[in-house]
Amino acid sequence: MPVRVRVPTPLRRFTAGSDEVTASGESIKAVLQDLDRRHPGIGERLLDDKGELRRFVNVYLNGDDIRFLSQLESKVKDGDDISIVPAIAGGY
Amino acid sequence: MATTSRSSRPSPADISREVVPVARAYSVLDLIGNTPLLEITRLTDGLLRPGVRIFAKLEGFNPGGSVKDRAARKMIELGIARGELRPGKVILDSTSGNTGIALAMVGAALGYPVELVMAANVSRERKKIIEAFGAKPIYSDPLEGSDGAIVLCRKLLAENPERYFKPDQYNNEANSLAHFETTGPEIWRQTGGAVTHFIACMGTSGTVMGTGRYLKTQNAGIKVIGVEPDDPMHGLEGLKHMASSIVPGIYHENQLDSKIEVATEDAYEMVYGLGQIEGILVGQSSGAAMVAALKAACGLREGCVVTIFADSGDKYLSTNLWIGWQQWRRERLEQLVNKWNVSASATT
Repeated sequence: MPVRVRVPTPLRRFTAGSDEVTASGESIKAVLQDLDRRHPGIGERLLDDKGELRRFVNVYLNGDDIRFLSQLESKVKDGDDISIVPAIAGGY
Repeated sequence: MATTSRSSRPSPADISREVVPVARAYSVLDLIGNTPLLEITRLTDGLLRPGVRIFAKLEGFNPGGSVKDRAARKMIELGIARGELRPGKVILDSTSGNTGIALAMVGAALGYPVELVMAANVSRERKKIIEAFGAKPIYSDPLEGSDGAIVLCRKLLAENPERYFKPDQYNNEANSLAHFETTGPEIWRQTGGAVTHFIACMGTSGTVMGTGRYLKTQNAGIKVIGVEPDDPMHGLEGLKHMASSIVPGIYHENQLDSKIEVATEDAYEMVYGLGQIEGILVGQSSGAAMVAALKAACGLREGCVVTIFADSGDKYLSTNLWIGWQQWRRERLEQLVNKWNVSASATT
C-alpha cells in the first residue's frame, strides 16, 4: 500500500536530499515505521521513546492534521498523501 | 496638541516636559529597551550552589512584546539615516514572527508600509498581530522552514529592488549593534558589573553577538555562550541549528566562548516550570535559554549568569508547545537536571 510522503528540509539528510519518498503501511504509525526502515534515523526524529508523535512534529494526511483524526492510528489507503511538517519554523 | 508650539514659544506642555521628569513617551519607539532583570529563585531552589545566581532579562516587556524591537528600531533608524529607506519605499523582510511584529510596529509608528515573508506554519497569533499593525504577510512553504522564507524574500527583492528596503536582519550589523548599545549596557548596569556568564539563544545571533561584544569590553573574562537546538529537526521557534541552516552574516562563532545545545522537549518542560513555579509565562526560546542557563550554572561554584527571555508566552498558546502540559510536575525538573548530570559525567 504505497503512499507518498513529503519530507521537510531538516529531515532530508535521511532521504539523500529527496523532498518526497514512498512508504507503505495501513496506518500512519505503520507508514512512519516503514519510513524508518527505508531511511534509518528518521523515526526517532518523529516519535519519542514511548512511540508517541513528538510535540513539535505535525503529520498531515491528505491535508488533515492527524491529531484531529485518529492520531497515529489514522488509517491510510493506497495513493494517500502524507506531509511531515515541523510545528514551527526556526529563525526569528 | 502638545506639539503645536515647537517653532515659536514653548507651550505649557513643552515646559512641563522639560522641568518635570515624568515617565512619559512621545513615540512607542522610545519605550523600547530598559526591560526588567528578574532573578530566578524558586525554580532554581536546591539546584545551585549558594554563590551562583541566575537572572533573566524579560524582553517580553518591550512594546512589541519581544527582544526584536531593539534590532528593528536600530535597523530602520540606520536605514533612514543612510537614505536607503525614504518615503515611498516598502519595508520587506523574511521573519518567522517576532522581528516581523517589531518591524510592523516600527513601520506603523514611522508611517512606512511593511511586507513580511514567513513560513505558513508560524503561530496564528503572530500572523494576527502582524496584520493588526497594518503589515502584509506573504507566506512561504512550511516544509522549507525559515530558509524557505529567506529564499522567497530574496526573490521578491530581486524582482523589484527599487520598491523595497530590506533591513536583512540576518546580515545587517545594526542588528547586533542594537544590543551592543542597549542590551549590553543595561545588563552591565543592572548587575552592577557582577555578570560572569551571558547566555542567549541564537536565531540571527544578533542578541548574543552584540550583547556579548559589549560585555567583553567591560570585562573580558565574561563567558559568552550561544544556545542552539540539538537537532536540525526541532520545535524551538526563533532558533537556528547553525550547522544545517543558512548561516547569518552577523554570526561570528569565534566571538563565542562556547555553545550549549538544548532538546526541544527540555525547553518545553522548562516553559511549564517557569509558568507554574516562577509565575512567568514565556515562549519556547525562553525555555531553551533557561535550560542552558541552568546547565551552565549547575557546574559553577560561584557566578552571576544572565540570560535572555526573548518574549512572553501569550503568542504561543495555540501552538504545539502546550501539548501535554497538564502532566507536568515539579519532579520533572529534578529529573531533567539529573539527566544532564548523568550525561555530563558520562562524557567527562
